[in-house]
Amino acid sequence: MAFLLYDGTFEGFLTVVFECYAQKLAPVDLCKETAFQKNLFIKKLSIHTDEQKAGRVWRSLQAKLHRQNKNLPLLVFLSESTGIEMKLYRFIRRVFDSGRSIETDFGDQDVLELKKIERQVLRETMRILQFVRFQQSRDGLFFAPVEPEFDVLPFTINHFRERFADQLWLIYDIKRDYGIFYDLKETREVVLSEKTFSQTDGKVSANLLEETEETYQTLWKAYFDHINIPERENEKLQLQHMPRRYWKFLPEKSPIK
Amino acid sequence: MEQTLQEKLKILADAAKYDVSCSSSGNNRQNTNGGLGNALSCGVCHSFTDDGRCVSLLKILMTNHCIYDCAYCINRRSNDRPRATFTVQEVVDLTINFYRRNYIEGLFLSSGVIKNPDFTMERLMLVTQNLRLKERFNGYIHLKAIPGASPELIRQAGLYADRLSVNIEIPTEPELKRLAPEKSFGTVLQPMNQIKEGIQLYKEERRKFRKTPAFTPAGQSTQLIVGATPDSDRQILQLASGFYHEQQLKRIYYSGYLPVNEYDKRLPALQSPPLVRENRLYQSDWLMRFYHFRADEILTPEQPFLDLDIDPKLAYALRNLHLFPVDINRADYEMILRVPGIGVQSAKMIVDARRFRKLNSYHLKKIGVVLKRAQYFITCNELPVYRGNWDPGQLKNHLIAECHTKRKKPGDTQLSLFPLIPALSAPAKQLHFKS
Ligand code: SF4
Repeated sequence: MAFLLYDGTFEGFLTVVFECYAQKLAPVDLCKETAFQKNLFIKKLSIHTDEQKAGRVWRSLQAKLHRQNKNLPLLVFLSESTGIEMKLYRFIRRVFDSGRSIETDFGDQDVLELKKIERQVLRETMRILQFVRFQQSRDGLFFAPVEPEFDVLPFTINHFRERFADQLWLIYDIKRDYGIFYDLKETREVVLSEKTFSQTDGKVSANLLEETEETYQTLWKAYFDHINIPERENEKLQLQHMPRRYWKFLPEKSPIK
Repeated sequence: MEQTLQEKLKILADAAKYDVSCSSSGNNRQNTNGGLGNALSCGVCHSFTDDGRCVSLLKILMTNHCIYDCAYCINRRSNDRPRATFTVQEVVDLTINFYRRNYIEGLFLSSGVIKNPDFTMERLMLVTQNLRLKERFNGYIHLKAIPGASPELIRQAGLYADRLSVNIEIPTEPELKRLAPEKSFGTVLQPMNQIKEGIQLYKEERRKFRKTPAFTPAGQSTQLIVGATPDSDRQILQLASGFYHEQQLKRIYYSGYLPVNEYDKRLPALQSPPLVRENRLYQSDWLMRFYHFRADEILTPEQPFLDLDIDPKLAYALRNLHLFPVDINRADYEMILRVPGIGVQSAKMIVDARRFRKLNSYHLKKIGVVLKRAQYFITCNELPVYRGNWDPGQLKNHLIAECHTKRKKPGDTQLSLFPLIPALSAPAKQLHFKS
């Protein structure tokens, strides 16, 4: 019986799983060191992240999980929802300990909740594909700001690399302050020390934009306004598919300059 | 005075918006040799208009001039409206530049008929040819096949487009003759058949030669206007079912008639577009495509119109109470799908989950079954049939009263199926994440 603390990374979490097996620990709760409320009466144990141990757990998980669920542990972990560690921990134990696959046991609370959380995280990933809006800058770079609820930008890289193979692009997560840059050959993670775009809505400073950029934004907005059918107005439906928090990045939803 | 590009775009987007189809789904097109773009078979919506519809494609007309005079069409020649015509290059530039900014999945190009069908079709074809060959564009292209255009032009268009469509618009031949005397079922069905055969031929050839060029790989679709004619829902669904099975269409769109030409006395005077009816038709369409219903199970000869108060699946259950209750822990998937309040996703989860344990109502609720509705049609473990001695009419009124409080506005034609997302690829480095 122990209260386990880890550094908050996914590797750290996987290390915890490893140690639970190795040291025969039965955790009562699992939480980030930073989130731990000091409590004198609880026995706590800090687990130090070990990439090798984490890697071993990850690989055995990959071997066990169904094709559709290979990313599930990572995706639900990224949700950072409260209590996710224990749910995921119990799920992983069952995956390892059970003779047959338990991944569709939706009568089990953990399995069902993890599936639901996974769906939420995937939806957020999908929304990046939907609502990224590139602005073309003078040096030919296509820049897009994002602010996803979860840290899912890395899951979209392959999509954008395949689709925009012949243009330079940079998608930047404003909230987490890092981005993915594609240089026509490969993608890499970057952190911009000097920001030439607005910290709130990601708009690139006007003097750095390519000449026709504003024209195309205006054309797009004109198009958007003219395909609307006023007789069918239905804002509730619009918001359900396109929550307001994305609007500031969308030229079609910005007020006319 | 010369029109600006923006003026043209406004006019030609306005003129195209009554075609409701906007889907970019049905084909996985790879980007080739570092060109621009690809297509995902699930389709992606990039925005949503104030009326809540998905914006996936740049949907415009090449021109809204037209030599025809169809009664239901805003672009008919007898209307006095601003007119515009794009050049081929203008459409190409708009598509590429919108695409590069991730505004769209591709292009949906249609047109009024100028000069003659061949002249019109050729311009549409040239746009796609330029996009594919000159711009090396691999995004999604949906092209309208102009009825009456030569088979050769349609064949060429099919080599570049992902999807072709011919709109039938009016569900029965006599009504079509009355409202669009210059058209006939024949001129619409001819290209439709040609496209179907082209697709079949391509599929056969590809089995022999892997490199056979694709022909309309995302299939074809059509649109029907609802409420402009006295045709019944049963007639519409029978036609739709025929299109899905015989013509192998991928999608049928139903467009509630908007009174755009009020002066034309051949058309009914409507206060507002029949949105509820349109929504019920979409629901019926889903029942046929995803719930394995046949058209004649949804509407019978005695009941040719859909009930506007309740959805067609509930209506079916009430008409067939002898098939219920369904035992959640034993019934086969097909039957579980037919229970009101259980969707495709829940039905699949039930069948998966019951292999591990007997499911009870608590499980069902968690899985996402709408028990308020389903409880009258199922038994599961501890849950007795809740139907009492109600007859179908009473039960219907009871259910309507229950869901009246939180009735959703109709009009959502997006169906989300599980899995929602295509295989989103994992990041290159599996174990690389920030805290
Ligand atoms: S042919 Fe098409 S564009 Fe022309 S009037 Fe008829 S429906 Fe309208």
